[in-house]
Amino acid sequence: MIVSLHAGSAMTAAFLASLVEAVEALTIVLAVAVVRGWRPAGLGAIAGLVVLAVIVVALGPLLDRVPLHWLQLAIGILLLLFGMRWLRKAILRAAGLIPLHDEAAAFASETAELREQARRDAQRLDWLAGLASFKAVLLEGLEVVFIVIAVSAGRGVLIPVSAAALAACLLVALIGLLVHRPLARVPENMLKFAVGVMLSAFGLFWTGEGFGVAWPGADLAILAFIALFLGTGLAAVALLSCREAAAAS
Amino acid sequence: MKALAASLAELVGLFVEDGALALAIIAVVVLAGIAAALGPAAPWLSGCILLFGCLGVLILNVMKAKRRR
Repeated sequence: MIVSLHAGSAMTAAFLASLVEAVEALTIVLAVAVVRGWRPAGLGAIAGLVVLAVIVVALGPLLDRVPLHWLQLAIGILLLLFGMRWLRKAILRAAGLIPLHDEAAAFASETAELREQARRDAQRLDWLAGLASFKAVLLEGLEVVFIVIAVSAGRGVLIPVSAAALAACLLVALIGLLVHRPLARVPENMLKFAVGVMLSAFGLFWTGEGFGVAWPGADLAILAFIALFLGTGLAAVALLSCREAAAAS
Repeated sequence: MKALAASLAELVGLFVEDGALALAIIAVVVLAGIAAALGPAAPWLSGCILLFGCLGVLILNVMKAKRRR
């Protein structure tokens, strides 16, 4: 029950985070494909996936050599930094303090930038376009790899968590191939809010375990932390929105 | 060299976007670590510092962001 609870929350976090990252990578790859065709877009994306695979294969066995206590502490701190960064941004976006991420706008901006590069230097464009696709897949993919490793560290759930992340990436790639448009209707901020809450909860749990804290209820504490971060995040949105409305009136 | 620096900056950016938030989180973690080192018989103190510290840091940071606007 406890193992499945941990695996379930880790898989959910990895699936939702991978959805967000895959949608962002797809936007850039599509922009490259629209401006320069599928060849540089596809080659760049494949090169990004190959580099990611090399990183995973090279670093994976090294992680097994790090003592669990240090691994928990390092991953916990990185998860806190990563998760709370996402949660902060999602709160500010939900409260209207910063604009929502707009995939259609990101697509338009990337397309315009590639066209401008084409105007300046048409011969190098295939190379630059492929590089843009490569960078998008590599950077967003690194985030997915980090999240998968972080939420499954030392718990023997790496395979189901990886499968959840892979399913999300394949789902987005499939939809992207079918619709040939950026997935602007994905509720990205809601997903980021949820993932920020879950990663922050995992980060808190791991960091505490790294310091030798025996959390009450063991793995069940993660659910309590999720509830606390969610409650705090929603309260912050409500508070900020109230002040924003009061300031406007 | 420029490309490498840009890539490194993007990598760091995965974890650090708002410097004040990152520093505050690190400060909470260091405090919790000190509590764990000084009072190994009371690890709950370290846990409480982490839990309430992180929640407090989050609230204070978004409020500060609101005031900055």
